[in-house]
Amino acid sequence: MSEFLPPVYALILAGGLSRRMNRDKAGLKYQGKTQLDRAFELASRHVRNVFVSVRADQALDPARAQRPMIVDSAAGEGPIAGIRSALAAHPKVAWLVLACDLPYLSDAALDFLLRRRDATALATAYTSAHDGLPEPLCAVWEPAAAAALADYQAGGGQCPRKFLIRHGARLLEPQDTRALDNVNTPEEYRQAVATLDSVAPMQLKIQYYALMREQAGRSEEMLETSASTPAGLYEELVARYGFTLSRDQLKVAVNSEFSDWSRKLNVGDAVVFIPPVAGG
Amino acid sequence: MTHFRFTESAIDTQSARRELQTSSAGGYVSFEGWVRDLNEGQEVTRLEYEAFQELAVKEGDRIVAEAMRRFPVKHALCIHRVGSLSVGEMAVWVGVSSAHRGEAFDACRFIIDEVKHRVPIWKKEHYRSGDSGWVNCERCAAAPQHEHAHAEHHHDRVALPNSK
Repeated sequence: MSEFLPPVYALILAGGLSRRMNRDKAGLKYQGKTQLDRAFELASRHVRNVFVSVRADQALDPARAQRPMIVDSAAGEGPIAGIRSALAAHPKVAWLVLACDLPYLSDAALDFLLRRRDATALATAYTSAHDGLPEPLCAVWEPAAAAALADYQAGGGQCPRKFLIRHGARLLEPQDTRALDNVNTPEEYRQAVATLDSVAPMQLKIQYYALMREQAGRSEEMLETSASTPAGLYEELVARYGFTLSRDQLKVAVNSEFSDWSRKLNVGDAVVFIPPVAGG
Repeated sequence: MTHFRFTESAIDTQSARRELQTSSAGGYVSFEGWVRDLNEGQEVTRLEYEAFQELAVKEGDRIVAEAMRRFPVKHALCIHRVGSLSVGEMAVWVGVSSAHRGEAFDACRFIIDEVKHRVPIWKKEHYRSGDSGWVNCERCAAAPQHEHAHAEHHHDRVALPNSK
């Protein structure tokens, strides 16, 4: 069954000009990184192919042009055009669609969404913690949504949220009620900066054994990371050390006990990745 | 009392066996895993065992406790070597005492099987050719589903229980 599941690519929506914010939202910075970069890096930790959605007139914008892009080809304006353009560009692919202005969105929240994705629905979306309505811009859109979206737009619809309500997307309640809060006003932006700055990157102790010890060239280290889960941490370490074992071959232990990959890490935690064992 | 431990020197089976003795036991079964000279067509000269001891001892202890819940045995113990072992050396020892032989055989088998699959212990094989490799980690890097499918690394020897 799973081998027929369409692969997931990610689409970062950064097309919107923010009227309330009075500036290009994609360039807002948190912890020294633009939110476009943060969203792109977050998605890249979960999905191999990540694209930025842009309007035709933004395709040369230097902040966007350094990333793989999908330029709006579908008619209309706003997010629905971006989603339809991505579905048209890769018709056999499902899209993890993310607005770039979700500063609180975490690895754990994305991991949860991707794991509970229902490929038989047109989309799998979180519901808003505020009004219970689907969040189309933190959702996985399946290939079958392309035709339905075309019909919906032909009938005059422009709102992807109303589309999801009408077509019965698979809905998930967010584990962290703040994860999907977006930032629309200068005041919300100031709050988000202060909150995220108070969560400084944390120090963890990582121990390496066997093949991974040899590949890392060390048996332990203290590491500053902004990864919030062992899954996110492993992605970081693969990038650093080029570990050859894939995550599904490993187990993970936190503080000398087997752990879930999506467990939230805390300052000072000791993490061990466990390659396939061979005792006896 | 912990039921699982590591040692860096040769396993003292005589003293380990004494830990299992009790007047209500009518028999004792043990398993010894030895370093064999051949694995998957390659001539092995030496094995290097490494463990994440803090977790391994906990998990090993849980396995033995599980065996004692499943099978009505008196005592059970598993000792595993770490470090560099040459061909013929004993890598692991499991001993079980019980009133009757059946459950001692069953518990012993259960413990060694589970230890091999669950306890964070790794071994690196050194070959006559000069090559070396981490068992289950390197040749299988592209085929994770074969994680546990590798050949055994030792001759298996099971001691016969006392006749009762």
